[in-house]
Amino acid sequence: MVDSKQQWKAWLYLSPAIILLLVFTGWPIINTIRMAFLEGYRSLEAAGGATYQIGFGNFTKVISYGKFINCMKNTVLICILTVPISSMLALIIAVCLNSIKPLQKLLQTIFFLPYVTNSIAIGMVFAAMFNIVGNVVTGSIQSYGIKNDSNRFFGGHWIDWNNVSSTYSSNITVMVVYIVWNALPFKILILLGGLQSVNKQYYDAARVDGTSRVRTFTKITVPLLSPMIAYGVITGFIGGFKGYTSSGGIFGETMGPAQDAGRLNTMVGFIYDSLSNSYQGRASAAALILFVIILIVTLLNLYVSKKKVHY
Amino acid sequence: MAQTMHEKDMRLETSRQKIVHIIVMILLYAFLITMAIIVLFPFYWMINSSLKTLDEYRANVPTFWPHDIQFGNYAEAFTAANLGRLFINTVIVGLVSTVLSLVITVLSAFAFARLEFKGKNVLFAALLATMMIPGELFTITNYITVMSLHWINTYRVLIIPFLVSVFYIYLLRQNFLQIPNELYLAAKVDGTSDIKYLWKIMIPLALPTLISITILKMMGAWNSYIWPRLVANDAAHRLITNGLRNAFTESTGDVNYPVQMAAVALVSAPLFLVFIFLRKYIMKGVSRSGIKG
Repeated sequence: MVDSKQQWKAWLYLSPAIILLLVFTGWPIINTIRMAFLEGYRSLEAAGGATYQIGFGNFTKVISYGKFINCMKNTVLICILTVPISSMLALIIAVCLNSIKPLQKLLQTIFFLPYVTNSIAIGMVFAAMFNIVGNVVTGSIQSYGIKNDSNRFFGGHWIDWNNVSSTYSSNITVMVVYIVWNALPFKILILLGGLQSVNKQYYDAARVDGTSRVRTFTKITVPLLSPMIAYGVITGFIGGFKGYTSSGGIFGETMGPAQDAGRLNTMVGFIYDSLSNSYQGRASAAALILFVIILIVTLLNLYVSKKKVHY
Repeated sequence: MAQTMHEKDMRLETSRQKIVHIIVMILLYAFLITMAIIVLFPFYWMINSSLKTLDEYRANVPTFWPHDIQFGNYAEAFTAANLGRLFINTVIVGLVSTVLSLVITVLSAFAFARLEFKGKNVLFAALLATMMIPGELFTITNYITVMSLHWINTYRVLIIPFLVSVFYIYLLRQNFLQIPNELYLAAKVDGTSDIKYLWKIMIPLALPTLISITILKMMGAWNSYIWPRLVANDAAHRLITNGLRNAFTESTGDVNYPVQMAAVALVSAPLFLVFIFLRKYIMKGVSRSGIKG
């Protein structure tokens, strides 16, 4: 029997959380869906008494909008490139870290460092490392930036990474390098945690059988780590689809090189741009599309990992 | 005879294994140290650049240690980006939202972990379900809400919408559940009030989780960028990340990079200090949450 004193006490303790959640989480879910299906909704006009038709107008407009397609292309491309690279690299680093003794703690701390950084601040460092000082078009270049200096040191040619004459692929390269650098710590942390809880007997058995290191890695380590790998991949995709600050850190508010603002904008960036221009209907539709994409990718990942993951 | 041959083979085999082992170890360390250097390089380059003169930074051949160390860049960065004001704003927002958030989280987690009430499980499941939804979906309506409340360019707008974190409630509830219920019943028999019991028993026992939440919350304020840019972009309330990005817009491509890097270093420094002293809590909190800030 639930006594009534506990009842009201519980609701009293929960009341601040519930009130705030109703206002800033519950209502937004309802309202955002509502706005998404009101064609061309703008909240200021709505406050002035305008009425809107119900329909899919916002969705069709968003999908046929060139800027949105560009944002989606950037987001998907960055996800497809960064998630596999960072997952593989993190797995290799974690396995190596796990098989050494001296310096392990120190190296582990170093590999975690990129996590405790400000994405915008370090994005600016990466931008500076790739940046060329001077006029790229006329060729009066003062400094090529440390990345190009090392390119030239090894006999390569300099590339305009993020300046006026830069190409899309070199922009994406800068982004991928930065995002992988930023994504490694979390993945290494969970993979190393997984490795340290693996039963040592599997490895002893493999050694007795004379199993090669490569075989031990593919047949023991990867299957036993598969839940953590799956977790890292899923959170990587979710984070990738919600990406925004890495582009803002490297390219600033223009979200692209100066001559082509918005070239590297992301889906989240599109939502915020629509919002700043007070096209709430369009922003809501884009947010719902993003939500559905994230849901599908997550379910897909879960489905694949259900088949492949060894528990 | 055959036996000694066999022993010799064995010895050869083990010494070969030893050599292979040493080579593998050398390769492992070489790989890990190379990766560590790559990971550290941006930090090193930030500090190196921040101490150079503009001319040295722009030199055609890069220098790996500044010839003429310019600590003045830091003073210039501090005034140029108005960092003092930004620090104060961020600390105010961070502290207030952390304290309020902890109170709300503790009370809610206590209700979910210790009290019985109708609809408890349904409510808890509903809360957990909201964690799947990307934050942008809330932001659109929240932006309209805070506009109609006339909260634009206030501290409130930076604090109140993010006070409740379902994830923190979940984390703390799990922690509270591990504390035996008998302690609570005994306290009830002794006539101890809930608040006193929370303060004397639950909070000390759940302290590591509370510290993790505090750190993540403070780091969140320090790193938040999108929402503050949208709703509080005036000089009086601007937060540190936003101010840093705004102070150096790269539209011309001709930025004073040493000063910019000094500002970046100043913004990054508190995070590193927190990390050095509270590494254990951060890594524990992060491995359970998987969210940044």
